[in-house]
Amino acid sequence: MSNILEVQNVSKNFGSFTALNSVSIAVPKGSIFGLLGPNGAGKTTLIRVINQITMPDSGHVILDGEPLNPMHIKDIGYLPEERGLYKSMKVGEQALYLAQLKGLSHKEAKKRLKYWFDRLEIGDWWNKKIQELSKGMAQKIQFVVTVLHEPKLLIFDEPFSGFDPINANLIKDEILKLRDDGATVIFSTHRMESVEELCDEITLIHKSNKILEGTLIDIKKQFKTNTFEIGIDTKQHLILEKELSEKFEVSPANFKSLGDELKLNVKLSESDNPNDLLSYLCNYGMVSHFVELIPSVNDIFIQSVKNN
Amino acid sequence: MNHLPLIIKREYLTKVKNKSFIVMTFLSPIIMIGLASLVAYLSQINNDKERTILVLDESNVVQDVFKNEDHVTYNILENMSLKDAEELAKQSESYGLLYIDKLTDIDSISGQIKFLSEESPSLSVISNLEAKIDKKIEYLKLQKKGVDVKMIDAAKTNVSILQETFKGEKTSKTDSVVKLVFGGLAGYLLFMFIIIYGNMIMRSVIEEKTSRIIEVIISSVKPIQLMLGKIIGTSLAGITQFVAWLLIGGVLLFVISTVFGFDVGQMQSANQEMMHSAMNNSEMTMQIHDLLTSFYHLPITNLIIAFILFFIGGYLLYSSLYAAIGAAVDNETDTQQFIFPILMPLMLAVYVGFFTVIEDPHGTVSTVFSFIPFTSPIVMLMRIPFGVPLWQQIVSLLILLGTFMLTVWFAAKIYRVGILMYGKKPTYKEIIKWIKY
Repeated sequence: MSNILEVQNVSKNFGSFTALNSVSIAVPKGSIFGLLGPNGAGKTTLIRVINQITMPDSGHVILDGEPLNPMHIKDIGYLPEERGLYKSMKVGEQALYLAQLKGLSHKEAKKRLKYWFDRLEIGDWWNKKIQELSKGMAQKIQFVVTVLHEPKLLIFDEPFSGFDPINANLIKDEILKLRDDGATVIFSTHRMESVEELCDEITLIHKSNKILEGTLIDIKKQFKTNTFEIGIDTKQHLILEKELSEKFEVSPANFKSLGDELKLNVKLSESDNPNDLLSYLCNYGMVSHFVELIPSVNDIFIQSVKNN
Repeated sequence: MNHLPLIIKREYLTKVKNKSFIVMTFLSPIIMIGLASLVAYLSQINNDKERTILVLDESNVVQDVFKNEDHVTYNILENMSLKDAEELAKQSESYGLLYIDKLTDIDSISGQIKFLSEESPSLSVISNLEAKIDKKIEYLKLQKKGVDVKMIDAAKTNVSILQETFKGEKTSKTDSVVKLVFGGLAGYLLFMFIIIYGNMIMRSVIEEKTSRIIEVIISSVKPIQLMLGKIIGTSLAGITQFVAWLLIGGVLLFVISTVFGFDVGQMQSANQEMMHSAMNNSEMTMQIHDLLTSFYHLPITNLIIAFILFFIGGYLLYSSLYAAIGAAVDNETDTQQFIFPILMPLMLAVYVGFFTVIEDPHGTVSTVFSFIPFTSPIVMLMRIPFGVPLWQQIVSLLILLGTFMLTVWFAAKIYRVGILMYGKKPTYKEIIKWIKY
């Protein structure tokens, strides 16, 4: 799979403050790429560099094989975190204006807007002013405007903020559909559950430096600790717990269940086979729970940021 | 991609379609003309008022100059004490009482004349009285020295100097007044235009910041394009409004002057009264013919071309600064500290224009200020009707153009960084730092 976007050793300083310190990322074509990092890590600066809003001090950005240039503006759709619309302008006029700024003709923009407005069932908003709409409604229009010119690369910064769960789901499905139709999505958010759900690859930026990158699966493999969460219905609680803690690292587990079974986290070493543990447990009673603990993106995020 | 026309179109249309803009466009000339008519009407009432002035002349030498005039009646009192005269003035509700003390020596008379009245008298009434008495005493003094008054009268001449330039253009004092009016009007128009529409640009930049649309726009267009589009679009809206004002004002003026039958153009406020009487005294009556020839003497073509160029140059120079201010702050209340330094040179230009150009259009001060880029548009526009050498105009324009480009570059830098900065009010130091980003 080739990369649609390659950021190579990009640095950016604002006075004495370093916003990006030689950051490189590669975004594969057709993927959903998670750009993560704590507040003030430099994500927005990186996104602005990709959008040619900010010029990097050094480094290069390659979009679809070419160095970034003004012609690429129409290839990128950007939904910034700090977003808004002209309050006193009508929805339709405004959407047309923004679409034309992205290089669409008036006629084409109108046609596509009609399609999208019907699709999201917001057709009757055309003549309303933005100040008459709720925040979520305005967000929907911003989403439409971002994707309308069918860019190759979509950049969403916190796309779900301000949406109720139903609309958030709607937008999520639209993002997935855009990906399936061939677009590449860069997705920046602090909502880790949506990263979990959507992203193929992630990059973590912390204090202007990239500290983690890879596919979600690889990163999880890298962070997993071979720990299993077990629940067993047994009369020999104490004996079992004692025996287990002699062989493995054991800590109390915390998951919900209906019975009053013994709940433990058991950490195996590299050479141990989980099957052996399972068959061992079977001798003591009925195993009701046996799950490998896979680190969540949330855990990975917190752990990586703390360690740096 | 060049989006400039698109941005200009949006800026123009949103301004022009804005309700308060429309209301102001129609209401302003109505209010202005209404006020002007009111003032004209009131001052006409004022002038038409019959005034009676009592004169008590104990010296008995001056009183014969007080002959009844159009709106003033003089009642010469005789054989009466000052107290009684005052009483009489109060009872008869006269405008006032002119008292001239007993004369001991003609040379000391000037300190012995009083005007007593209920309220402070009008400036024109007093200066009228003074002029009359001055003349009389002058005659008396001359008579005392043995000069024949008739001879003086006969020797009186009225010199009117014919002015002509070396190129053979004839000019007159009327010309100077017309030039002054034209220059002043052009300079003042530019001043007003910068303040009104510069502010409008600033507000529109702030609006984009507060509504948070700026980052969406800026990912599609270059900041400098957006800034220029704003400036040009707003200026076009401004020109539209100005033209509408002129048209509406013209129509209203015509309607009012035909319906009510008085000429609003000839209204007189208090200090104009003084000027007017001064002009009358020097026997300078403006005639239509004089005015017309004065128009011909104006360098019309030069005036128009220079007006357009300096107007555009000056306006763009200042409006790019206004745009930069708008970008630097989050809301209008924070703009004060930055607007002040912009207003300073503007005010200076207007004052220099009105005080030194009138006095000496080609003097050192006026000439220097007509080259300094921040004051040159206004000062030069005021000077041009008096005839400014072409090389001076061109040099001044080039300096203006150079400064304009520098300012736009500088403003664009601030704008580019400023539009993405939220939350805090920047200091000058920070803004200078932005230029280096």
